[in-house]
Amino acid sequence: MKTDEVPQDPSLTHAGQRKLFYAVDEQGDYTEVQSLGWDVESYATLAAVEVLNQQRDDAWERAKAGLTAPLEYHMYRRRMDRASFASATGFWRWRTSRHFKPAVFARLPDTILNRYAEVLGMSVEGLRSLPAAPDA
Amino acid sequence: MSDFHHRQSAHCESGVVANMLTHHGLPMSEPMAFGLSASLTFAYMPIIKLAGMPLIAYRMLPGNIIKGVEKRVGMRWERTRFSDPAEAERALDAALDAGRAVGLQTCVYWLPYFPEQMRFHFNAHNLVVYGREGDDYLVSDPLFETTVRCDRASMQRARFAKGDMEPKGLMYYPTGTPGEVDYATEIPKAIRWNAKTMQAPVPIAGVKGIRFLGRNIVKLSRDANRDTYLPLYLGHIVRMQEEIGTGGAGFRFIYASFLQEASRLLGQPALADAAKDLTAAGDEWRRFALRASKMCRGRAQMDVHELDAILNGIADRELAVWKSLRHV
Repeated sequence: MKTDEVPQDPSLTHAGQRKLFYAVDEQGDYTEVQSLGWDVESYATLAAVEVLNQQRDDAWERAKAGLTAPLEYHMYRRRMDRASFASATGFWRWRTSRHFKPAVFARLPDTILNRYAEVLGMSVEGLRSLPAAPDA
Repeated sequence: MSDFHHRQSAHCESGVVANMLTHHGLPMSEPMAFGLSASLTFAYMPIIKLAGMPLIAYRMLPGNIIKGVEKRVGMRWERTRFSDPAEAERALDAALDAGRAVGLQTCVYWLPYFPEQMRFHFNAHNLVVYGREGDDYLVSDPLFETTVRCDRASMQRARFAKGDMEPKGLMYYPTGTPGEVDYATEIPKAIRWNAKTMQAPVPIAGVKGIRFLGRNIVKLSRDANRDTYLPLYLGHIVRMQEEIGTGGAGFRFIYASFLQEASRLLGQPALADAAKDLTAAGDEWRRFALRASKMCRGRAQMDVHELDAILNGIADRELAVWKSLRHV
């Protein structure tokens, strides 16, 4: 990549931050160039964020309708999925999935709730409640 | 507080290692740290899933640069992991109060200074903490243009995030640096080792792994749910390549820059030629990302054979580079 080929597409995902690239100048020497972003990269990032937000909003709707526990919504709000959530909590995946059932969730002992609260970085009270909007 | 000289880098671990060695009196560029540790690779790992998609790596596992440089330079890191977060916090504060700059492994998601859109759960992000002020740590994060701050609670979360590759509070600093490094011996050793791993006789790694990825894309195009899955899959590849860390092309450029620096240092023009060829391979990686993203956005006709051909072209170019470097 030549220095003048380093992409400079102002990118939302960078929030004004510039990234460093190594590129070749006119003499053929490697040099450092800062980049405002690349559309290809922003697209891939935003698509991934979009998927995460969609999952979060779905879980919020289902929790609001009482079909799942707020726990599932909080998991997605923290940008985790079932696999990474299970790995982060140390519980088997079937077990966390079971804890998403509102009736099971209501009976969970504090030891388990504390573990969830710690992994999600929130209080146990927060874990039990649902905010007014999914992106609140 | 130590007067740590912040220098922006393309990749977190090579940046932290180069900056810390420079801080300790052994001036080193980021590409040199990356090259000396023989960290360039390609690996397609269908068994390890990220958000349901296979892991595609363009460099060696996290920790490889720290360990690789240790071996080649002949220095030693003091590396500590903790089971007790409170103890980890005390150890960090004590090191800072003693005037040390400390390397930490962290999870990106919990670092508040990252732009919202970039906050994903990635547990192997490296940064340097060089001081503290009130309830804030002073951070030299090599991916950022300037130094930043991070509050104590967030830093604790980032250091003790759970899940794959969890940091367990890892902190590290060099116990000292040698006055001189025998580059004439160590650089060729590192290059030969990297040439060997890139030509490893396994189907999913190195040059063969690049071809494997191409074949897999073609295979998926015959799948029943290709219309939904294939664009997601290509989007994932582009994301692994360009956004997570430095990306496939970015690492090629870092390594090419290393080869150029090595060529000057050792007076070997052949290394500069290899740098040129590897740059060309990096440019092809970028073209691949561009074409793949156009196809999954519907701005170009989906053509898996074109993508497969680009990847095979990259594999050919990289193979030629590594063959020429096998006996430097």
